[in-house]
Amino acid sequence: MSEPEVVVGIGGAAGDGTASAGNTLVLSMARQGIAGYSYNSYQSVIRGGHSWLRLRFSAKKPLNQGDQVDVVIALNQDSLDRHLQELQPGGICLYNGAKFQPSYDPPAGVQLCGLPVPDLAPDSAKLPVMQNTVAVGAAVQLMGLGFETLASVFETTFAKKPAVVQKNVEAARNGYDYAAKNFRPLATPLHPTDQKWAQCSGNELLAMGAALAGCKFYVAYPMSPATHILEWFANHAKRLGICVRQVEDEISVVNMCIGANHMGVRAMCATSGGGFALMTEAIGMSAMFETPAVVINVMRAGPSTGVPTKTEQADLNQAFGASQGDFERVVIAPLSMGDCFVTPAVAFHVADKYQLPVLILGDLLLCEGSETVATEVLDVGFPIDRGELITTADGPRQEPYLRYKDTPSGISPRAIPGLPGYLYTSGTDEHDEDGVLLSDVFTDPIRRKKMVDKRHRKLSTILEDLPPPILEGPADAETTLLGWGSTWGVIKEAAERLTAAGVSVNHLQIKTIIPLHGDDITAVVEKSRRLIIIENNHSGQFARHLRAETGIVADGHIRKYDGEPFEPKHIVSAVSDIIDGQTIVNVLSTEPGWRTDHPTGTSGPWEGLKQVTRPGVPAKA
Amino acid sequence: MTPPATLVEVKDFKSEVHPDWCPGCGDFGVLTSLYKACAELQIPPHELMVVSGIGCSSNLPGFIRSYGVHTLHGRLLPFATGCKLANQNMTVVGTGGDGDGYGIGLNHFIQAMRRNIDVTYIVMNNEIYGLTTGQVSPTSETGMKTKTSPFGNLEGMLNPMALALAAGCGFVARGFSGQPKHLAELYKAGIQHKGFALIDVFSPCVTFNKLNTYQYFRERIYKLEDAAHDTGSFHAAMDRALEWDPKIPIGLFYRNPDPQPSLDTLDPALTTGVPLVHQNCTVDAETRGELIREFM
Repeated sequence: MSEPEVVVGIGGAAGDGTASAGNTLVLSMARQGIAGYSYNSYQSVIRGGHSWLRLRFSAKKPLNQGDQVDVVIALNQDSLDRHLQELQPGGICLYNGAKFQPSYDPPAGVQLCGLPVPDLAPDSAKLPVMQNTVAVGAAVQLMGLGFETLASVFETTFAKKPAVVQKNVEAARNGYDYAAKNFRPLATPLHPTDQKWAQCSGNELLAMGAALAGCKFYVAYPMSPATHILEWFANHAKRLGICVRQVEDEISVVNMCIGANHMGVRAMCATSGGGFALMTEAIGMSAMFETPAVVINVMRAGPSTGVPTKTEQADLNQAFGASQGDFERVVIAPLSMGDCFVTPAVAFHVADKYQLPVLILGDLLLCEGSETVATEVLDVGFPIDRGELITTADGPRQEPYLRYKDTPSGISPRAIPGLPGYLYTSGTDEHDEDGVLLSDVFTDPIRRKKMVDKRHRKLSTILEDLPPPILEGPADAETTLLGWGSTWGVIKEAAERLTAAGVSVNHLQIKTIIPLHGDDITAVVEKSRRLIIIENNHSGQFARHLRAETGIVADGHIRKYDGEPFEPKHIVSAVSDIIDGQTIVNVLSTEPGWRTDHPTGTSGPWEGLKQVTRPGVPAKA
Repeated sequence: MTPPATLVEVKDFKSEVHPDWCPGCGDFGVLTSLYKACAELQIPPHELMVVSGIGCSSNLPGFIRSYGVHTLHGRLLPFATGCKLANQNMTVVGTGGDGDGYGIGLNHFIQAMRRNIDVTYIVMNNEIYGLTTGQVSPTSETGMKTKTSPFGNLEGMLNPMALALAAGCGFVARGFSGQPKHLAELYKAGIQHKGFALIDVFSPCVTFNKLNTYQYFRERIYKLEDAAHDTGSFHAAMDRALEWDPKIPIGLFYRNPDPQPSLDTLDPALTTGVPLVHQNCTVDAETRGELIREFM
């Protein structure tokens, strides 16, 4: 990228305030028109452990967390020792010099910036988090930016506590001024722009996007990494008039959600893979009732409890197979945090129009991660079209009312319960057009086939209502890089780098997984010599799906299932490996900062790994 | 409930679909009592939502002319809760069996009582799994022989009355399908109760349960109305709930004298009186701007 960019890594233990320090920094950037992308790598502890928040800033909107770090803010000794060695020449390491000292020499050209925190923030003895404020102030200085927007963030964050605002502004100012006098700024300073950015996570945007698309009922059971959707709804329930409930388990969640949808409300629920497993029986009920339902699965690394705080795209098979029987469903996977905002509107529209379950597949990276989104992208009113929904008993109607009328489109006008003259019963059993069960008669092959065909017929036009694949780069490129869902930004950047290096690639990203725009994909792939599928799982679940749906067999596969997300460099390097003849490249995150002692003593076979550069790693006890 | 234009009668609730229960099944009495209760309460059929699970008894919504859903095994209460929250103008009645509600759906049953949603829950309790042709149920008596307890049920018998009281249910009653008039009175009181109401019904399975027969119940039951029982006393209700052999009480065990508001009247989105389904679902531009500014 020609536009200057800075990646700031904030490391600390859970409870040290990495998230709030990061939030302060991101907001102060966004308020001066600098875009950001954040990914927090953390562990499942409430206090202690390690978390590593990476914030990538640039006037040109970053589409992923990047693959190096320019500024380390170490909030404890562990973070200092882990991440100092990852800095490149010109990099900066900020830490509380009164408390911590590096255990080894920094890499060549890296500036050690110990801050005399007790002098700069006298309160820090009682309030250790003041060290974060000092460090953030210093970081802003070294990135070449003014102080005022940072001060403004404290003013809004602590709006009701003027004394706290004052303390934080003073500490940040002292850090800012100290850095100006004592340290060298980054070689490529960031520049403010006039763009208005909103800083939001994928979870927040799924929630807000749903609310703006007419969602009036949200129900969930807390489960990482989907819980923030529930929290956003809970915080906005009263103001927006949305009924928001937390209930006993995901079985209850999904049944309540479908119950509300059945009455005519746009209702949604979200969970992660384990909770989604409990929901699956009811997904089939939604299809059988032809009652719309929007269900979000924010994927995390499985199977079973898996790695609850790590990302993966491995629940595709689960989405395909959710619930018994042969039925119609839609599966869509948002491509970016910003795309999370529009996805619920698409999901509700399709669910209403075709009266079926729509599954949204997010993942931890996308939904807990955040990015700046241009405010104009968010300031849109989604058109709300409920499809063939009968909401009043006023109009002319056919007698008798057939809820499951066998129409040419397969879509039967749906009356909301409560209207006089439209009485019907819906059954999870097979039923005829009037809703009366077929299941308890001896057998009824003709009606059974008719109803299966009717429901399936709805799919004949549905692709027109779903986002088609996005092709970026030249149509006649030699190699096509294909990804789905959240990998859009990282593949896009890798493709740009490869193109700049003279490798002929284009990039096809899939959002609609079921049904698949098979003809569109085939048309693109036919023109290229080599297809490489990139996905964040072990077995290539999408590659298998593509092969089943289109017969297309990929030439190469780039996969990652180590818990951490792809970085552009992983893809650039793996594409070269595939061009050189490899078929499957399993990527691993090998930066020394990831190296973690196992509870029973070993830290894994880290020696000799590709990409590892670890100057001066301290000997582990 | 809006007053119906014309008088609602029992025949208005009779469906064209004839129940396919075994001749003599207790569920017939449950159904006819429900027709009677709804007619006497003058509930227009289109304002009645009957939600069931899976099992013989859960076929009931197909046999009553109203809105209805026949959901999944054990899941009728979450579904019914969603229905009530989405449209609080509807009278929502849940109907299911003992396996459905006290077995696979037990968690939801307890939570629905704690949650106090305004749903009337009728459990056709035949102490056996009927639709699967005669297996042991959570309410089967200890020692009872069934296809899956051929040497006698080794497990204890769930006490739905005591459980409901412990879970905070504000209306706890038991009826007998052999006494449909009495049962209809319990339904009426349950539907009129603003909150969760449980009506457990002894509904004999004439095919698979040779122990808990009509005769069995006729010999044992007595009516709490005839026993100077204080329906406002939790402790008295609990004492009655623990009675089984030789005498088994039916009737209203407990009605909370200080009823708590039901969830559907407490949720902030529902306090306007306009059902969620009829509320405006668009967000105006000004509010949208405020939501965006929260991220800035």
